Amino acid sequence: MQSIVEFKNIFKSYPGVIANDDVSFNIKEQSIHAILGENGAGKSTLVKILYGHVKPDSGKILINSDLATINSPSTAKNLGINMVFQHFSLFESLTVVENLILGMSENISLTKLKDKSKTICDKYGFKLNLNSPISSLSVGQRQSVEIVRSLLNSPKILIMDEPTSVLTPDEISKLFKIIKNLVKDGLTVIFISHKLEEIINLSDYVTIMRNGKVVSTISTQNEDPETLGYKMLGYKVSKAKQVSNIDISRDIFNIKNLSTQSKDPFTINLNKIDLNLKKGQIFGIAGVAGNGQKELMEILLNENDYEFSGDIFFKDLNINNLSTFKRKSLSISYVTEERLGHSAVPEMSLSENIFLSMNHKSEFKKGDFINFEKINSFASDVIKNFNVDTPSYNVKAGKLSGGNLQKFIIGREIMSNPELLILSQPTWGIDAGSEAFIKKTIVELSQKGVSIIIISHDLDELLEVCHQISVLYEGSLSNPLKVEGINITKLGKYMGGLFD
Amino acid sequence: MVYLIRVELREDYSNLIFYLSPLVAVALTLFFGSFIFLILDLSPIESFKIFFISPISNSYGISELFVKATPLAIIALGLSYCFKNNIYNIGAEGQLTMGAIFGGGIGLLFNDSTSVFLLPLMILFGAIGGAFWATIPAILKTKFNTNEILTSLMLTYVALFILDYFVVGPWKDPAGYGLPKSMPFPDAGRLPVLIDGLRVHIGVYFALIICLITYIIYNKTLFGFKLKVSGLSSKASQYAGFNYKNLIFYTFIISGACAGLAGLFEVSGPIGLLYRDISPNYGFTAIIVAFLGRLNPFGIILSSLLIALTYLGAEDAQLFLKIPSAVGFVFQGLVLFFLLGTDFLNKYKVFIK
Repeated sequence: MQSIVEFKNIFKSYPGVIANDDVSFNIKEQSIHAILGENGAGKSTLVKILYGHVKPDSGKILINSDLATINSPSTAKNLGINMVFQHFSLFESLTVVENLILGMSENISLTKLKDKSKTICDKYGFKLNLNSPISSLSVGQRQSVEIVRSLLNSPKILIMDEPTSVLTPDEISKLFKIIKNLVKDGLTVIFISHKLEEIINLSDYVTIMRNGKVVSTISTQNEDPETLGYKMLGYKVSKAKQVSNIDISRDIFNIKNLSTQSKDPFTINLNKIDLNLKKGQIFGIAGVAGNGQKELMEILLNENDYEFSGDIFFKDLNINNLSTFKRKSLSISYVTEERLGHSAVPEMSLSENIFLSMNHKSEFKKGDFINFEKINSFASDVIKNFNVDTPSYNVKAGKLSGGNLQKFIIGREIMSNPELLILSQPTWGIDAGSEAFIKKTIVELSQKGVSIIIISHDLDELLEVCHQISVLYEGSLSNPLKVEGINITKLGKYMGGLFD
Repeated sequence: MVYLIRVELREDYSNLIFYLSPLVAVALTLFFGSFIFLILDLSPIESFKIFFISPISNSYGISELFVKATPLAIIALGLSYCFKNNIYNIGAEGQLTMGAIFGGGIGLLFNDSTSVFLLPLMILFGAIGGAFWATIPAILKTKFNTNEILTSLMLTYVALFILDYFVVGPWKDPAGYGLPKSMPFPDAGRLPVLIDGLRVHIGVYFALIICLITYIIYNKTLFGFKLKVSGLSSKASQYAGFNYKNLIFYTFIISGACAGLAGLFEVSGPIGLLYRDISPNYGFTAIIVAFLGRLNPFGIILSSLLIALTYLGAEDAQLFLKIPSAVGFVFQGLVLFFLLGTDFLNKYKVFIK
């Protein structure tokens, strides 16, 4: 087989970091080629260079042995290169087909486009109703829309950035089948992931990157997750281990009969949710995205004066009507799903982002004035204690990679000494190194007596760190299952809505 | 290709250019403004001299520059609180008018007073009047989620009609030959001038003090931090536990009070009584001043002087070049247009195919 893409000595630096350092490797035509690496390893930068999003400082890219100048995503598309991003760019209130036509660069009639999309869907087994609005689709279906949108441009090369991070196990195996069929029909797929098993199952070749450099490009045939993980990190990852250290006599957090009756068609109504959390317990809320996680989190945070019935107790105190500010003052801490623009402001420095969440604490204030000295030293402590890779606390939060920013945010919340920590998707879309670190930190925190709720789509993560797991399905919460000796078939049934 | 012009967000947009773009906008305004003079068959260089240099070539002119810049600066400083919080109060003209009615009303009520407390009381009521008028859009916004741009703008015309009612009705000067104006304020209700014989008044000090206080609030206080966060991301502001409704109220009240103060300074300073046209659109022009000054308190002081110059230049141009004084507004419009343009190009790349 011939090489379809050849990276030749790609070099790209940003102030203070070298993102790609002399990167050279080839991608064979009609293969599935994975790029594996920690956050900051340079894999996103590299594919962004290939997609024309980022300009390299030096180096060449050959496409089919011809030198290619890729200045923009549109030149990339003309060369047959398409990309499915980790974050979808779909219009919620438009239908599938309307979203598809928005992505077309050529003139095409709606009926023609429908026919073309239908052919693609039937051929590869995408189950999409072209006339349903995006808002009614699950995350997996939304991803299908993104993929179909790329396929409509009849690409030769398809780049997929962490495509499995939002999918259920079932959806992942379907996606892999589709990818394999696409490759059979002539497509080359570049697949970015940090999940080692996936890479071995799916891809033919893998390029491992570390600190901007290529460690090696190898066939995945003779690799197992452990050897691959070692090559990626340069050291062995230890799994977080949960030890029971729960004080069952002490209730920290109780939700009783919580329901909502919103008429907004874009929200899921919660249905009689009960939850009981003990001191030092980690409670996982599993379930596929879009089953009420967002709504539950909003009520726990009290961000939008969400109307609900039922009661929420923190240490026997009814907190139904307490504002976000008062809940935080009671030592409840939050880490939201969205990092940029929610639990951190990208345009503000790390120090300012400390104060964002700590403004209720008097030690950071002198009357109405801000005590920047204290905040800066606190920020330094968070950066040091939680291995945040950044030159200083004056760096803007938006400049940090996902994993680094998440370590910073979780570090900030932990160092505020919470009694209850509520996390939503704590390791979503971040690299294996940061993920392992965050899981370990969460487990250690619970052993110090902090109670933790984790809302996550990532079942593996919940099984690794939690004591108990409930499943959220269409606004209802299942009864909790003990993780020790858990019955996986039962859990799978719960995830499909079949509660006891 | 379907699209002729395509726009892409820049990932690395420059902070330096953000602060330099007002200068670029002014340069572009002068460049394109010279064509206006050419079309009118005037020499651009001579015209610019009359427009921008001769108005401030003597002490009277400089005093007038401060007279015009003072209300612009005070209103724009107040507006910057709203704009930083992403609240678009464009009804400062109405708040200014209401300040003049409230403060001026006190002056008329005690029209035989010689007390030193009269002027402070008028200033206080001027601020209260403006703040009162600004709370109406704030209540509508927080209770009914109405668009503050529309409500604050419409209330401007209501305020102007109320002023109209007073000066043709109950407050009309009986000795005023039936003209729609009030009797003059007593001397105790007039704003002291800084230099005898010139009109520049102590409002300048107020502008500078408000500028300093604003700088401290923006950079050192929790309140300033709240405004910054809310302006950048309303979700992060909720995460931080800030009460956005309170912030909307506070920022409206501050900007209304500032506009009211400016209104009172106009009527108790240069004008000396109440009549229909107390403000040459200071409340609207201050929006340009605030953005041209990049919502930075010191930047606002500088931009208020520049925009004040377009007012003076327009008057001189009318006198000496025989062109309509509306040319001044054309220049203000051009500055805003180019400023928005440079900001846009700083944030986005544009491709033309």
